[in-house]
Amino acid sequence: MHEYSIVASLIDRVQQEADAHGAARVHRLHVKIGELSGVELDLLKTAFDTFRERTICDGAELAIDTVAASWACPTCKRPVVRGAILRCDTCGRPARMVEGDEIILERIEMEAPNV
Amino acid sequence: MCETCGCGDPEIVPIEVQERILSDNDAQAAHNRSHFKGLGLLAINLMGSPGAGKTAVLEATAKAAGARLKLGAVSGDLATERDADRLNASGIVSATITTGSACHLDARLVHRALHDFPTSDRDIFFIENVGNLVCPAIYDLGQAANVVALSVTEGEDKPLKYPVMFQKADLVLLTKIDLIPHLDFDVAAVEDGLSRVMPGANLLKVSAKTGEGIDAWLQWLEQRRPAPIERPAEAHEHHHHEHPHEHH
Repeated sequence: MHEYSIVASLIDRVQQEADAHGAARVHRLHVKIGELSGVELDLLKTAFDTFRERTICDGAELAIDTVAASWACPTCKRPVVRGAILRCDTCGRPARMVEGDEIILERIEMEAPNV
Repeated sequence: MCETCGCGDPEIVPIEVQERILSDNDAQAAHNRSHFKGLGLLAINLMGSPGAGKTAVLEATAKAAGARLKLGAVSGDLATERDADRLNASGIVSATITTGSACHLDARLVHRALHDFPTSDRDIFFIENVGNLVCPAIYDLGQAANVVALSVTEGEDKPLKYPVMFQKADLVLLTKIDLIPHLDFDVAAVEDGLSRVMPGANLLKVSAKTGEGIDAWLQWLEQRRPAPIERPAEAHEHHHHEHPHEHH
């Protein structure tokens, strides 16, 4: 259940931004979570709903963008289909993940008087 | 302005962050990495299920390495110091990181353990993570390589079921291979699954009980050791670094 520790880090980060911008309320957080990031979306939502109470994120919505995993050859950039052997058919090089392991705070919508 | 009706409520503004949520952990891990580099040691993050044989592999490693290598370890454990006791008995200087209910080690816990560690004169430093195939994969600890122990009693489908863990592995140790004659275990099936989730899939078959494969594992470790560094004569227990933090 590392989702709880992720949410704790997330709320800390939001608090820092809120302080920096003089915001008293946060309306929505946009996060980007990759399919192979190891973060379970349901657990993340539950953890957020539990931990946001009495923090700067109380009442805030968590908007999650998901990113599908994709792989490609680092040399010839040819995509390697997920589920296939992670090696380039042409070059024989091990494939590299292009995207899909993101755990990113993208944007915070907050009530900020002095931006 | 209020985003729906323009009623004059305080303005809702979007603040762009675009940062990893675990950026604090990443920064701490980078700091640990500079510790390890400064000490000229190889740091290995050893992960795997509870009972995969992580501690047993380290015991066998100590036995095979003998006096050739100075080994150190910290073991993440929810409640006991059993692993560190076993490792100390095997000749690996060890300490426990008691995590309470936490299911993984993070870079901050490892950093604290490094500062409390009895010696910095080690060649290889193992970070034996909490037994878990999910959570530890997400946290960078500052290691040079991730090694995942997978025992033959766990079944062939583990790489496909836990792709995040195996995708991050630099090496998979297939452990307890001495049990294969007693099981319906298909090594080729594990290798196939692994090749679909781990780029440049690399599997070593070992038995801590018989010692089979341990030499190949030691060789893998030796190949990754950093070049020896010049140690100043007045070698200092805590290596100097620029980042400020508390020394305990």
